[in-house]
Amino acid sequence: MNTLVFSLTLAVAAFGAGFLGSLTGLGGGFIITPLLTLVFGTEIRYAIGASLISIIATSSGAAAAYVKEGFTNLRVGMLLEIATVVGALVGASLTTVLPTRALIVLFGTVLLVSAYLTTRPHAEHLTAALPPDPLASRLRLDSEYPTAGGPVRYRVRHVPGGFALMWVAGVLSGLLGIGSGAVKVLAMDQVMYLPFKVSTATSNFMIGVTAAASAGIYLRHGYVDPGLAMPVMLGVLAGSLVGARLLFGARTDRLRLLFAVALVAVAVEMIYKGVAGGR
Amino acid sequence: MRAPWRNVKDADVQRAVGNLLRGGVLLAAAVVLAGGVVFLWRHGTALPDYRTFRGEPLDLRELGGIVRDAFSGTGRGLIQLGLLLLVATPVARVAFTAVAFAFERDRTYVLVALLVLSLLLKSLAG
Repeated sequence: MNTLVFSLTLAVAAFGAGFLGSLTGLGGGFIITPLLTLVFGTEIRYAIGASLISIIATSSGAAAAYVKEGFTNLRVGMLLEIATVVGALVGASLTTVLPTRALIVLFGTVLLVSAYLTTRPHAEHLTAALPPDPLASRLRLDSEYPTAGGPVRYRVRHVPGGFALMWVAGVLSGLLGIGSGAVKVLAMDQVMYLPFKVSTATSNFMIGVTAAASAGIYLRHGYVDPGLAMPVMLGVLAGSLVGARLLFGARTDRLRLLFAVALVAVAVEMIYKGVAGGR
Repeated sequence: MRAPWRNVKDADVQRAVGNLLRGGVLLAAAVVLAGGVVFLWRHGTALPDYRTFRGEPLDLRELGGIVRDAFSGTGRGLIQLGLLLLVATPVARVAFTAVAFAFERDRTYVLVALLVLSLLLKSLAG
Protein backbone atom coordinates (compact mmCIF):
# COMPACT_ATOMS: atom_id res chain seq x y z
CA MET A 1 0.00 0.00 0.00
CA ASN A 2 1.64 3.29 -1.06
CA THR A 3 1.20 6.62 0.71
CA LEU A 4 -1.62 7.83 -1.57
CA VAL A 5 -3.76 4.72 -1.05
CA PHE A 6 -2.85 4.63 2.66
CA SER A 7 -3.90 8.27 3.14
CA LEU A 8 -7.17 7.92 1.23
CA THR A 9 -8.12 4.71 3.06
CA LEU A 10 -7.29 6.33 6.38
CA ALA A 11 -9.28 9.48 5.50
CA VAL A 12 -12.36 7.36 4.70
CA ALA A 13 -11.99 5.38 7.95
CA ALA A 14 -11.48 8.61 9.91
CA PHE A 15 -14.61 10.06 8.27
CA GLY A 16 -16.55 7.06 9.58
CA ALA A 17 -15.04 7.51 13.04
CA GLY A 18 -15.92 11.21 13.16
CA PHE A 19 -19.41 10.49 11.83
CA LEU A 20 -20.19 7.82 14.43
CA GLY A 21 -18.45 9.80 17.16
CA SER A 22 -20.61 12.87 16.71
CA LEU A 23 -23.80 10.92 16.03
CA THR A 24 -23.46 8.97 19.28
CA GLY A 25 -21.90 11.81 21.25
CA LEU A 26 -18.97 9.63 22.27
CA GLY A 27 -16.42 11.61 20.25
CA GLY A 28 -14.17 10.47 17.42
CA GLY A 29 -10.93 10.41 19.41
CA PHE A 30 -11.70 7.14 21.10
CA ILE A 31 -11.92 5.31 17.80
CA ILE A 32 -8.91 6.91 16.12
CA THR A 33 -6.18 5.41 18.30
CA PRO A 34 -7.53 1.81 18.20
CA LEU A 35 -8.18 2.24 14.45
CA LEU A 36 -4.61 3.36 13.82
CA THR A 37 -2.93 0.82 16.08
CA LEU A 38 -5.11 -2.26 15.48
CA VAL A 39 -6.11 -1.79 11.82
CA PHE A 40 -3.38 0.39 10.28
CA GLY A 41 -0.51 -1.01 12.35
CA THR A 42 0.68 2.36 13.60
CA GLU A 43 2.93 2.72 16.64
CA ILE A 44 0.80 4.01 19.53
CA ARG A 45 2.70 7.29 20.02
CA TYR A 46 2.05 8.34 16.39
CA ALA A 47 -1.59 7.29 16.87
CA ILE A 48 -1.96 9.34 20.06
CA GLY A 49 -0.44 12.38 18.32
CA ALA A 50 -2.83 12.21 15.35
CA SER A 51 -5.79 11.54 17.65
CA LEU A 52 -5.05 14.55 19.87
CA ILE A 53 -4.91 16.85 16.85
CA SER A 54 -8.19 15.55 15.42
CA ILE A 55 -9.88 16.10 18.79
CA ILE A 56 -9.07 19.82 18.70
CA ALA A 57 -10.73 20.05 15.27
CA THR A 58 -13.95 18.21 16.15
CA SER A 59 -14.43 19.70 19.62
CA SER A 60 -13.88 23.26 18.38
CA GLY A 61 -16.37 22.69 15.56
CA ALA A 62 -19.00 21.29 17.94
CA ALA A 63 -18.24 23.91 20.60
CA ALA A 64 -18.87 26.69 18.08
CA ALA A 65 -22.46 25.49 17.59
CA TYR A 66 -23.18 24.87 21.29
CA VAL A 67 -21.75 28.22 22.41
CA LYS A 68 -23.95 30.12 19.97
CA GLU A 69 -27.06 28.30 21.17
CA GLY A 70 -26.28 29.33 24.75
CA PHE A 71 -25.82 25.88 26.31
CA THR A 72 -22.20 26.40 27.30
CA ASN A 73 -21.44 27.77 30.75
CA LEU A 74 -18.40 29.94 29.96
CA ARG A 75 -17.48 30.58 33.60
CA VAL A 76 -17.64 26.94 34.64
CA GLY A 77 -15.61 26.05 31.53
CA MET A 78 -12.93 28.67 32.14
CA LEU A 79 -12.59 27.83 35.83
CA LEU A 80 -12.32 24.08 35.27
CA GLU A 81 -9.85 24.58 32.42
CA ILE A 82 -7.28 25.47 35.07
CA ALA A 83 -7.64 21.91 36.38
CA THR A 84 -7.70 20.16 32.99
CA VAL A 85 -4.75 22.13 31.59
CA VAL A 86 -2.56 21.42 34.62
CA GLY A 87 -3.64 17.77 34.45
CA ALA A 88 -2.91 17.58 30.71
CA LEU A 89 0.61 18.94 31.22
CA VAL A 90 1.25 16.20 33.81
CA GLY A 91 -0.31 13.53 31.57
CA ALA A 92 1.54 14.51 28.39
CA SER A 93 4.85 14.53 30.27
CA LEU A 94 4.10 11.04 31.62
CA THR A 95 3.41 9.77 28.09
CA THR A 96 6.98 10.54 27.09
CA VAL A 97 8.42 8.31 29.83
CA LEU A 98 5.88 5.46 30.20
CA PRO A 99 6.48 2.21 28.28
CA THR A 100 4.16 1.88 25.25
CA ARG A 101 2.63 -1.37 26.53
CA ALA A 102 1.47 0.43 29.66
CA LEU A 103 -0.10 3.11 27.45
CA ILE A 104 -1.96 0.50 25.42
CA VAL A 105 -3.36 -1.26 28.51
CA LEU A 106 -4.31 2.05 30.11
CA PHE A 107 -6.02 3.17 26.91
CA GLY A 108 -8.10 -0.01 26.84
CA THR A 109 -9.07 0.42 30.49
CA VAL A 110 -10.10 4.06 30.09
CA LEU A 111 -12.07 3.06 26.97
CA LEU A 112 -13.97 0.44 29.01
CA VAL A 113 -14.83 2.91 31.77
CA SER A 114 -15.89 5.58 29.28
CA ALA A 115 -18.12 3.17 27.36
CA TYR A 116 -19.83 2.38 30.66
CA LEU A 117 -20.12 6.03 31.69
CA THR A 118 -21.68 7.17 28.42
CA THR A 119 -24.37 4.48 28.39
CA ARG A 120 -25.45 4.67 32.03
CA PRO A 121 -28.80 6.42 32.48
CA HIS A 122 -28.36 9.95 33.75
CA ALA A 123 -30.74 11.62 36.17
CA GLU A 124 -31.15 15.38 35.98
CA HIS A 125 -30.74 17.28 39.22
CA LEU A 126 -33.32 20.04 39.59
CA THR A 127 -31.29 22.65 41.39
CA ALA A 128 -33.17 25.93 40.85
CA ALA A 129 -35.01 25.54 44.18
CA LEU A 130 -31.88 24.67 46.16
CA PRO A 131 -30.19 27.29 48.34
CA PRO A 132 -27.16 28.81 46.61
CA ASP A 133 -23.80 27.17 47.18
CA PRO A 134 -21.49 29.80 48.75
CA LEU A 135 -18.44 29.07 46.57
CA ALA A 136 -20.46 28.72 43.36
CA SER A 137 -22.19 32.03 44.10
CA ARG A 138 -18.90 33.80 44.80
CA LEU A 139 -17.62 32.52 41.46
CA ARG A 140 -20.93 33.40 39.77
CA LEU A 141 -21.32 29.94 38.25
CA ASP A 142 -25.13 29.70 38.48
CA SER A 143 -26.77 30.31 35.13
CA GLU A 144 -29.60 29.29 32.83
CA TYR A 145 -29.96 27.34 29.60
CA PRO A 146 -32.48 27.30 26.75
CA THR A 147 -35.18 24.62 26.58
CA ALA A 148 -38.34 24.20 24.50
CA GLY A 149 -40.29 25.83 27.35
CA GLY A 150 -37.99 28.84 27.68
CA PRO A 151 -34.79 29.39 29.71
CA VAL A 152 -34.37 27.19 32.79
CA ARG A 153 -32.21 28.27 35.73
CA TYR A 154 -29.79 25.99 37.49
CA ARG A 155 -27.42 26.20 40.41
CA VAL A 156 -23.95 24.71 40.59
CA ARG A 157 -22.70 22.70 43.61
CA HIS A 158 -19.58 20.89 44.82
CA VAL A 159 -17.03 23.00 42.97
CA PRO A 160 -13.90 21.50 44.64
CA GLY A 161 -15.00 17.92 43.87
CA GLY A 162 -15.71 18.78 40.23
CA PHE A 163 -12.36 20.58 40.01
CA ALA A 164 -10.49 17.51 41.32
CA LEU A 165 -12.20 15.13 38.89
CA MET A 166 -11.46 17.57 36.05
CA TRP A 167 -7.78 17.34 36.92
CA VAL A 168 -8.02 13.56 36.45
CA ALA A 169 -9.78 14.11 33.10
CA GLY A 170 -6.89 16.39 32.09
CA VAL A 171 -4.25 13.81 33.03
CA LEU A 172 -6.02 11.12 30.99
CA SER A 173 -6.39 13.49 28.04
CA GLY A 174 -2.69 14.35 27.99
CA LEU A 175 -1.62 10.78 28.66
CA LEU A 176 -3.71 9.11 25.94
CA GLY A 177 -4.45 11.86 23.40
CA ILE A 178 -8.20 11.64 24.03
CA GLY A 179 -10.80 14.30 24.86
CA SER A 180 -11.85 12.65 28.16
CA GLY A 181 -15.35 13.89 27.39
CA ALA A 182 -17.00 11.12 29.42
CA VAL A 183 -15.06 12.02 32.59
CA LYS A 184 -15.60 15.75 32.03
CA VAL A 185 -19.36 15.25 31.68
CA LEU A 186 -19.33 13.05 34.81
CA ALA A 187 -17.61 15.78 36.80
CA MET A 188 -20.16 18.36 35.72
CA ASP A 189 -23.49 16.54 35.63
CA GLN A 190 -22.96 14.07 38.49
CA VAL A 191 -20.65 15.97 40.84
CA MET A 192 -21.53 19.60 40.18
CA TYR A 193 -25.22 18.95 39.26
CA LEU A 194 -25.13 20.85 35.96
CA PRO A 195 -27.89 19.95 33.47
CA PHE A 196 -26.76 17.19 31.09
CA LYS A 197 -26.91 19.34 27.95
CA VAL A 198 -24.93 22.11 29.65
CA SER A 199 -22.36 19.52 30.79
CA THR A 200 -21.96 18.11 27.28
CA ALA A 201 -21.67 21.57 25.71
CA THR A 202 -19.22 22.85 28.32
CA SER A 203 -17.17 19.63 28.04
CA ASN A 204 -16.85 20.16 24.27
CA PHE A 205 -15.84 23.75 24.92
CA MET A 206 -13.04 22.61 27.26
CA ILE A 207 -11.69 19.71 25.21
CA GLY A 208 -9.89 21.94 22.68
CA VAL A 209 -8.07 23.89 25.38
CA THR A 210 -7.13 20.75 27.30
CA ALA A 211 -5.78 19.16 24.11
CA ALA A 212 -3.88 22.33 23.13
CA ALA A 213 -1.99 22.08 26.43
CA SER A 214 -0.70 18.60 25.51
CA ALA A 215 -0.14 19.46 21.84
CA GLY A 216 3.01 21.48 22.56
CA ILE A 217 4.60 18.57 24.43
CA TYR A 218 3.54 16.05 21.75
CA LEU A 219 4.96 18.26 18.97
CA ARG A 220 8.30 18.71 20.71
CA HIS A 221 8.67 14.97 21.21
CA GLY A 222 7.91 14.27 17.55
CA TYR A 223 4.56 12.48 18.08
CA VAL A 224 2.70 14.56 15.50
CA ASP A 225 3.42 13.20 12.02
CA PRO A 226 1.97 15.41 9.26
CA GLY A 227 1.49 12.52 6.82
CA LEU A 228 -0.60 10.66 9.39
CA ALA A 229 -2.35 13.61 11.04
CA MET A 230 -3.49 15.11 7.70
CA PRO A 231 -5.93 12.37 6.56
CA VAL A 232 -7.04 11.72 10.15
CA MET A 233 -7.80 15.36 10.95
CA LEU A 234 -9.57 16.10 7.65
CA GLY A 235 -11.53 12.84 7.72
CA VAL A 236 -12.68 13.11 11.33
CA LEU A 237 -13.62 16.77 10.92
CA ALA A 238 -15.71 16.14 7.79
CA GLY A 239 -17.34 13.07 9.37
CA SER A 240 -18.26 14.91 12.55
CA LEU A 241 -19.76 17.83 10.61
CA VAL A 242 -21.99 15.46 8.62
CA GLY A 243 -22.87 13.54 11.80
CA ALA A 244 -23.85 16.74 13.60
CA ARG A 245 -26.20 17.65 10.72
CA LEU A 246 -28.00 14.33 11.07
CA LEU A 247 -28.09 14.50 14.85
CA PHE A 248 -31.06 16.82 15.01
CA GLY A 249 -34.16 14.70 15.24
CA ALA A 250 -32.35 11.39 15.04
CA ARG A 251 -32.98 8.78 17.73
CA THR A 252 -29.53 7.66 18.71
CA ASP A 253 -30.09 5.59 21.87
CA ARG A 254 -29.76 2.20 20.19
CA LEU A 255 -26.91 3.34 17.98
CA ARG A 256 -25.17 4.62 21.09
CA LEU A 257 -25.54 1.28 22.84
CA LEU A 258 -24.31 -0.62 19.78
CA PHE A 259 -21.34 1.68 19.51
CA ALA A 260 -20.52 1.28 23.21
CA VAL A 261 -20.55 -2.52 22.81
CA ALA A 262 -18.15 -2.18 19.87
CA LEU A 263 -15.90 0.04 22.00
CA VAL A 264 -15.85 -2.60 24.75
CA ALA A 265 -14.70 -5.19 22.21
CA VAL A 266 -11.96 -2.84 20.99
CA ALA A 267 -10.93 -2.10 24.59
CA VAL A 268 -10.62 -5.79 25.43
CA GLU A 269 -8.52 -6.37 22.31
CA MET A 270 -6.20 -3.49 23.24
CA ILE A 271 -5.75 -4.68 26.82
CA TYR A 272 -5.06 -8.20 25.54
CA LYS A 273 -2.47 -6.98 23.03
CA GLY A 274 -0.82 -4.74 25.58
CA VAL A 275 -0.54 -7.51 28.16
CA ALA A 276 0.49 -10.14 25.60
CA GLY A 277 3.15 -7.82 24.21
CA GLY A 278 1.79 -7.24 20.70
CA ARG A 279 1.73 -3.86 19.08
CA MET B 1 -23.29 43.36 41.78
CA ARG B 2 -24.96 42.06 38.66
CA ALA B 3 -27.97 39.73 38.84
CA PRO B 4 -26.52 36.26 39.41
CA TRP B 5 -28.52 34.48 36.74
CA ARG B 6 -27.70 36.36 33.63
CA ASN B 7 -25.15 38.63 32.02
CA VAL B 8 -26.48 40.76 29.21
CA LYS B 9 -23.29 40.83 27.19
CA ASP B 10 -22.73 37.09 27.45
CA ALA B 11 -24.84 36.55 24.32
CA ASP B 12 -22.49 38.73 22.22
CA VAL B 13 -19.45 37.03 23.70
CA GLN B 14 -20.94 33.63 22.91
CA ARG B 15 -21.57 34.56 19.29
CA ALA B 16 -18.06 35.93 18.86
CA VAL B 17 -16.46 32.90 20.51
CA GLY B 18 -18.47 30.61 18.24
CA ASN B 19 -17.32 32.46 15.13
CA LEU B 20 -13.70 32.49 16.31
CA LEU B 21 -13.70 28.72 16.85
CA ARG B 22 -15.36 27.95 13.53
CA GLY B 23 -13.10 30.34 11.58
CA GLY B 24 -9.94 28.92 13.16
CA VAL B 25 -10.87 25.33 12.40
CA LEU B 26 -11.85 26.07 8.79
CA LEU B 27 -8.64 28.04 8.15
CA ALA B 28 -6.53 25.25 9.69
CA ALA B 29 -8.35 22.60 7.64
CA ALA B 30 -7.77 24.58 4.41
CA VAL B 31 -4.01 24.86 5.07
CA VAL B 32 -3.78 21.15 6.01
CA LEU B 33 -5.68 20.22 2.85
CA ALA B 34 -3.36 22.33 0.67
CA GLY B 35 -0.33 20.76 2.36
CA GLY B 36 -1.88 17.31 1.91
CA VAL B 37 -2.27 17.81 -1.84
CA VAL B 38 1.38 18.87 -2.19
CA PHE B 39 2.53 16.01 0.06
CA LEU B 40 0.60 13.32 -1.82
CA TRP B 41 1.57 14.79 -5.22
CA ARG B 42 5.26 14.45 -4.34
CA HIS B 43 5.34 11.43 -2.05
CA GLY B 44 2.14 9.55 -2.97
CA THR B 45 4.03 6.58 -4.38
CA ALA B 46 6.40 6.18 -1.42
CA LEU B 47 5.72 3.46 1.13
CA PRO B 48 4.40 4.66 4.50
CA ASP B 49 5.96 3.19 7.64
CA TYR B 50 4.52 4.04 11.02
CA ARG B 51 5.20 0.67 12.68
CA THR B 52 8.23 1.80 14.60
CA PHE B 53 8.49 5.11 16.35
CA ARG B 54 11.34 7.30 15.15
CA GLY B 55 9.86 10.70 15.98
CA GLU B 56 9.60 13.62 13.61
CA PRO B 57 12.68 15.42 12.23
CA LEU B 58 13.64 18.40 14.36
CA ASP B 59 12.40 21.04 11.89
CA LEU B 60 8.84 19.67 12.18
CA ARG B 61 8.87 19.87 15.97
CA GLU B 62 9.11 23.59 16.59
CA LEU B 63 7.53 26.79 15.33
CA GLY B 64 10.54 28.32 13.52
CA GLY B 65 11.30 25.15 11.56
CA ILE B 66 7.66 24.53 10.67
CA VAL B 67 7.19 28.07 9.36
CA ARG B 68 10.44 27.82 7.33
CA ASP B 69 9.40 24.48 5.83
CA ALA B 70 5.89 25.73 5.09
CA PHE B 71 7.11 28.83 3.28
CA SER B 72 9.59 26.83 1.23
CA GLY B 73 6.50 24.96 0.06
CA THR B 74 7.04 21.44 1.43
CA GLY B 75 3.82 19.49 1.92
CA ARG B 76 4.78 18.26 5.37
CA GLY B 77 5.70 21.80 6.47
CA LEU B 78 2.37 23.16 5.23
CA ILE B 79 0.38 20.42 6.98
CA GLN B 80 2.27 21.05 10.21
CA LEU B 81 1.58 24.79 9.90
CA GLY B 82 -2.14 24.03 9.52
CA LEU B 83 -1.99 21.84 12.62
CA LEU B 84 -0.32 24.70 14.52
CA LEU B 85 -3.16 27.02 13.43
CA LEU B 86 -5.57 24.42 14.75
CA VAL B 87 -3.79 24.28 18.12
CA ALA B 88 -3.73 28.10 18.19
CA THR B 89 -7.55 28.27 17.81
CA PRO B 90 -8.50 27.31 21.40
CA VAL B 91 -5.55 29.36 22.68
CA ALA B 92 -6.90 32.42 20.84
CA ARG B 93 -10.31 31.64 22.30
CA VAL B 94 -8.89 31.81 25.84
CA ALA B 95 -7.19 35.14 25.07
CA PHE B 96 -10.45 36.46 23.64
CA THR B 97 -12.45 35.42 26.72
CA ALA B 98 -9.89 37.21 28.92
CA VAL B 99 -10.60 40.43 27.00
CA ALA B 100 -14.36 39.85 27.09
CA PHE B 101 -14.32 39.35 30.87
CA ALA B 102 -12.22 42.51 31.19
CA PHE B 103 -14.96 44.44 29.36
CA GLU B 104 -17.47 43.03 31.84
CA ARG B 105 -15.16 44.18 34.67
CA ASP B 106 -15.10 40.64 36.01
CA ARG B 107 -11.66 40.63 37.66
CA THR B 108 -11.84 37.05 38.92
CA TYR B 109 -12.41 35.61 35.48
CA VAL B 110 -9.86 37.85 33.80
CA LEU B 111 -7.34 36.31 36.20
CA VAL B 112 -8.68 32.79 35.55
CA ALA B 113 -8.42 33.26 31.77
CA LEU B 114 -4.93 34.76 32.01
CA LEU B 115 -3.76 31.88 34.20
CA VAL B 116 -5.03 29.32 31.65
CA LEU B 117 -3.51 31.36 28.82
CA SER B 118 -0.09 31.56 30.46
CA LEU B 119 -0.08 27.80 31.12
CA LEU B 120 -0.94 27.14 27.46
CA LEU B 121 1.70 29.54 26.12
CA LYS B 122 4.34 28.13 28.45
CA SER B 123 3.54 24.59 27.25
CA LEU B 124 3.64 25.60 23.58
CA ALA B 125 6.86 27.59 23.96
CA GLY B 126 8.55 24.68 25.75
